[in-house]
Amino acid sequence: MTTLAEIVTPQPVHPGRARWIGFRTIVLREYQRIIRIWTQTVLPSAVTQALYFAIFGGLLGSRVGPMGGFGYMQYIAPGLIMMAVNINSYSNVVSSFYGAKWGKHVEELLVSPLPSWLIVSGYVTGGLVRGLLVGIAVTGVSLLFTNLHVHHPLIIAGAVLLTSMTFALGGFLNALFAKNFDQVSIIPTFVLTPLNYFGGVFYSVSLLPHWARAISYFNPILYMINAFRYGFLGVSDVSVGIAFAIMAGAAVALFIIAIVLMERGSGIRE
Amino acid sequence: MNALSVRGLAKTYKNGVHALKGIDLEVEQGDFFALLGPNGAGKTTLIGIMTSLVTKSGGDVVVFGHDIDRQLEAAKACIGVVPQELNFNMFESPETIVVNQAGFYGIPRAEARRRAERYLKQLQLWDKRDKASRSLSGGMKRRLMIARALMHEPRLLILDEPTAGVDIEIRRSMWDFLRDINRRGTTIILTTHYLEEAETLCRNIAIIDGGRIVERDRMSSLLRRLHTETFVLNVSAPLAAAPRLQGYPVRLTDEQTLEVEVSNEQNLNDLFGRLSEHGIQVVSMRNKVNRLEEIFMRLVDKGVAA
Repeated sequence: MTTLAEIVTPQPVHPGRARWIGFRTIVLREYQRIIRIWTQTVLPSAVTQALYFAIFGGLLGSRVGPMGGFGYMQYIAPGLIMMAVNINSYSNVVSSFYGAKWGKHVEELLVSPLPSWLIVSGYVTGGLVRGLLVGIAVTGVSLLFTNLHVHHPLIIAGAVLLTSMTFALGGFLNALFAKNFDQVSIIPTFVLTPLNYFGGVFYSVSLLPHWARAISYFNPILYMINAFRYGFLGVSDVSVGIAFAIMAGAAVALFIIAIVLMERGSGIRE
Repeated sequence: MNALSVRGLAKTYKNGVHALKGIDLEVEQGDFFALLGPNGAGKTTLIGIMTSLVTKSGGDVVVFGHDIDRQLEAAKACIGVVPQELNFNMFESPETIVVNQAGFYGIPRAEARRRAERYLKQLQLWDKRDKASRSLSGGMKRRLMIARALMHEPRLLILDEPTAGVDIEIRRSMWDFLRDINRRGTTIILTTHYLEEAETLCRNIAIIDGGRIVERDRMSSLLRRLHTETFVLNVSAPLAAAPRLQGYPVRLTDEQTLEVEVSNEQNLNDLFGRLSEHGIQVVSMRNKVNRLEEIFMRLVDKGVAA
């Protein structure tokens, strides 16, 4: 049997490298969780979006006609991808972090020397990973139904990253405050899905009456979907610059709030 | 330098419960220290504050010179904790759990895998390294938490009832393991309800009750302060009544069992002589309760009475 006397003390790790290792460990753990339960994390969105494409794009879309100068299927594809990305980024973090709270293994992180900002960043990156994996899967599904041409790849990348981060942070805050599993599912079901539907996934807000369009401009998801759609099609209902300012502002604000709450121990410390 | 210095530590929960009422405590480097107290005395709150799972209401905690208010990360890096309740992901394997824990402390993955093999082998979990943790027995789950706490090789190991629900054979092997790591320099703070465990393992002791430290001493000094011990004697023939023995309070608990109180000034030879005078033959004897348990009960009862 090996004894402690045989331990060769390794060289101390530089604090910056130690933090990087800690961050990478959280992300890797999240990635392994996503892959381990891929039938719950990746597959459902791919199937759901395939149904959207088949019903809204294929059956109904042919009667709707072109929108924004593009075929209906082509028009809704970016919105459907973005909807899958934002809901999955949110769901991943809220379910994973709340699950860790519920199972008490969040304490593994809380007793470790990892600073709060790094724990938040690790979980957000986990949400980003799931958002991107689902986004790739849904993009693959969409290519079965329509062609996607890329108008501006950097805008696509920027929009998907900022949106995914923002929603992952939202999921993190939800998990901090959640006291049971009902409170984990309320916001995705009753807030995010309606905001996505009214955020221009299936239509251009230019088709709405003036009052409805005015209300739509208060919906942050409208800006995310339109910026993403602009990256593919080059058309948008809103200014892409303003959309990026809103996405970046939301991400920064939520990140700061998450760190402050973690430092205060809200929802995680007694 | 002390492993742990606690000054005026207080905790009041939101519901108004004063869990800690100004605790002062010092644990020397290299010590094997028992922190005992009845349920609800404040032990777990104290450990929670040391490990930053509970926020304190007042006072100071310094771990190996690192104040948790100013150098929390450095203080945390010195501590390994085995909590009372199971707190690992039941869906992950033991190896994944311990390797990830090392990662949270900044230990490179290759080194983490080496340590995982070492500690899982030492704690007889290596054969189960790939199984889902939920399939482990209760004793294995406890040992997994010890392996996890050791992955970053902490200078201070805090064990909150590590052997609860563990069978005697495993418990003894865990004692040997803990003695070994303590001998090699790791300071250990142990809370336990098995007072025999504390008496066997620990050199120093604090008893906490009602959020206050009611006793702090060397284990040996504390045990010497026990003025009387109660012995249970099994006798060879049935007795109708308890014999009257000069200077020894005696009680007959059943027809072949006597309980006798013996003070420090008395001796067992004298007791046996007096029993022989009454024609009583003693077949076997034992302490009614563990010595530490007797002191513990007296201190805690005194606290309740106060």
